[in-house]
Amino acid sequence: MMLLSAIQFTPALGMFLAFVALTLVITWLSARKAKGSAAYFAAGRSIKGWQNGLAVAGDYMSAASFLGISGMIAFKGYDGFMYSVGFLVAYLTVLLLVAEPLRNAGKYTMADLLAYRMSPRPVRAMASLSTLMVSTIYMIAQMVGAGGIIKELIHIEFAPAVIGVGVLMLVYVVFGGMLATTWVQIIKAVLLMGGAFALSWLVLGKHDYSLTKFFTAVGHADYAGTAPPKNLLDPGMKYGASVNPWGPLDFISLALGLVLGTAGLPHILVRFYTVPDAKTARVSVAWAIGVIGVFYILTTFFGFGAATVLPKPDIMIGAKENTNMVAPILAKALGGELFFAFISAVAFATILAVVAGLTMSASTSFAHDFYSNVMKHGKDTAPETEVKVARITAFFVGAVSIGIAIKMGPTANAAFLVGLAFAVAASANLPVILFSIFWKRFNTAGAVGGLATGLASAVILILLSPNGIFGKEGALFPLENPGIVSIPLGFLGAYLGTIFSPRDPNAEAKFAELNFRAQTGLGAEKASSGH
Amino acid sequence: MANPTKPDWEALAARPDFAALLAAKRRFIIPATIFFLFYYMALPVLIGYFPELMKRPLVGKVNGAYLFAFSQFLMTFIVAALYMRRARQWDAMEHALLSSIENSQSKS
Repeated sequence: MMLLSAIQFTPALGMFLAFVALTLVITWLSARKAKGSAAYFAAGRSIKGWQNGLAVAGDYMSAASFLGISGMIAFKGYDGFMYSVGFLVAYLTVLLLVAEPLRNAGKYTMADLLAYRMSPRPVRAMASLSTLMVSTIYMIAQMVGAGGIIKELIHIEFAPAVIGVGVLMLVYVVFGGMLATTWVQIIKAVLLMGGAFALSWLVLGKHDYSLTKFFTAVGHADYAGTAPPKNLLDPGMKYGASVNPWGPLDFISLALGLVLGTAGLPHILVRFYTVPDAKTARVSVAWAIGVIGVFYILTTFFGFGAATVLPKPDIMIGAKENTNMVAPILAKALGGELFFAFISAVAFATILAVVAGLTMSASTSFAHDFYSNVMKHGKDTAPETEVKVARITAFFVGAVSIGIAIKMGPTANAAFLVGLAFAVAASANLPVILFSIFWKRFNTAGAVGGLATGLASAVILILLSPNGIFGKEGALFPLENPGIVSIPLGFLGAYLGTIFSPRDPNAEAKFAELNFRAQTGLGAEKASSGH
Repeated sequence: MANPTKPDWEALAARPDFAALLAAKRRFIIPATIFFLFYYMALPVLIGYFPELMKRPLVGKVNGAYLFAFSQFLMTFIVAALYMRRARQWDAMEHALLSSIENSQSKS
């Protein structure tokens, strides 16, 4: 409690705490309604299309999108804007290829679809491993962002800030379940959009509400006169060939991982099980595209705009770029303490809810896929036990990502970290999801091979990259983003695993069933209104 | 929730109206996917290997790189809207298919 006495109570802090308390009340209220595993894991499949769309958008506009991208653009200009583009276009992959078949054929997790035709145990085991991995990397990004906010808001050290976030997050997950995180996401998506509009408007006001003046200023961005002017609209500040000979290829690798990653993100995919049917899943993707698209267009203003308004010293931690805190600091400079508190509270709630959603999907996958179906052979697992295992898993995933986040420190960019999670998801999950739906010959060896190759290659390449264990000088793999190598390897692993193993008549026989169900929704899991 | 009799999936999947539904979906989804992936990947390729071209200002100070990136947002909105519109036709086909199955089941 010595810690608390050092904190000064300001109106900003009061507003922040009130907001966090409000989201906890929502969690508690919805927890009272959530009974049974369909309710806990899939919100009773009762969420409406626009609600789920906002929740998907909320899940997506996480620390990376708001904090990470705005910081990346403010420091690296155009190259950071690529994240805005890629994160959005990725939803076309979801909409056109994945959302509806997945909803029709699955129950709670991505692995349901994969296990449909294959031997369930090895496939579920690998799928839950990859889900845990993707969720953990994604979560580290959120923790880094949340720690930064708390540090900025109440001036405590980064490590205790991150731990505090972790504890709050566990409260959400342990008591709430999917319905609670859905409502928190919806409210937060609306507030974050409001905050993003307000912030953009304030930035534009600095340039007399003239787009011409705004873009002219971005073309000579000088951080309020504290740095030599440069044109932030010009690409190449991070991935240019003059910065790094591997830069252009790295940029392509990043773009590929982004566009294919979303359709393999477990915590986004589970959202499609919370709606009554495939049509609603489709409508929710359309809503998400609308909301997210507008949000990313706005990153133009609070990303590029920050570099025209904020002095460089304000957005540095010593000699390092305070890369996740540009948007909140911009809010403080333009809108004062209370606006800063509002933006911070929204961003923080964003992170809590995303972390809760991630933990949910990781722990759901572990409880449902690994514990019930692998360890307990798919029989006699009481739903209560499954929920309990999920909660214990949540605790461990949380603890691991807190540890790594503290080790990485506040200057690791959240968008970059999430980009890595996307690359892992695109390499491990997407190939096997697509092959399961569209390729009759696909079998267990192919599914396990694809998951294993994609997961292992992406993770190993990240570890050998310039940001990995050997540092910039000793890196064995020259690219920061592994996608351009690991995604083809994931597809190749799935393909070779299939054609070099004996044909599986059972899997092929079930293709007719899966195909018919996935495309028409016959016999899909229904909304459980009677639960 | 569970079907009392297990449907004959092979027979269902062999129905011509199911084949027509699949074909209708493929006719849109395959070209649309190829189009958006090419349009999207053209951005990092052009940025990476023709940076000088992309840095050229086109509208006032705004360069080709930003405009092409901005067009990706519009492209996403348009492809998604076209998909949503087309999907309504598939829904109608799906509905006819499922109710015809239901009818034949209740007769037998």
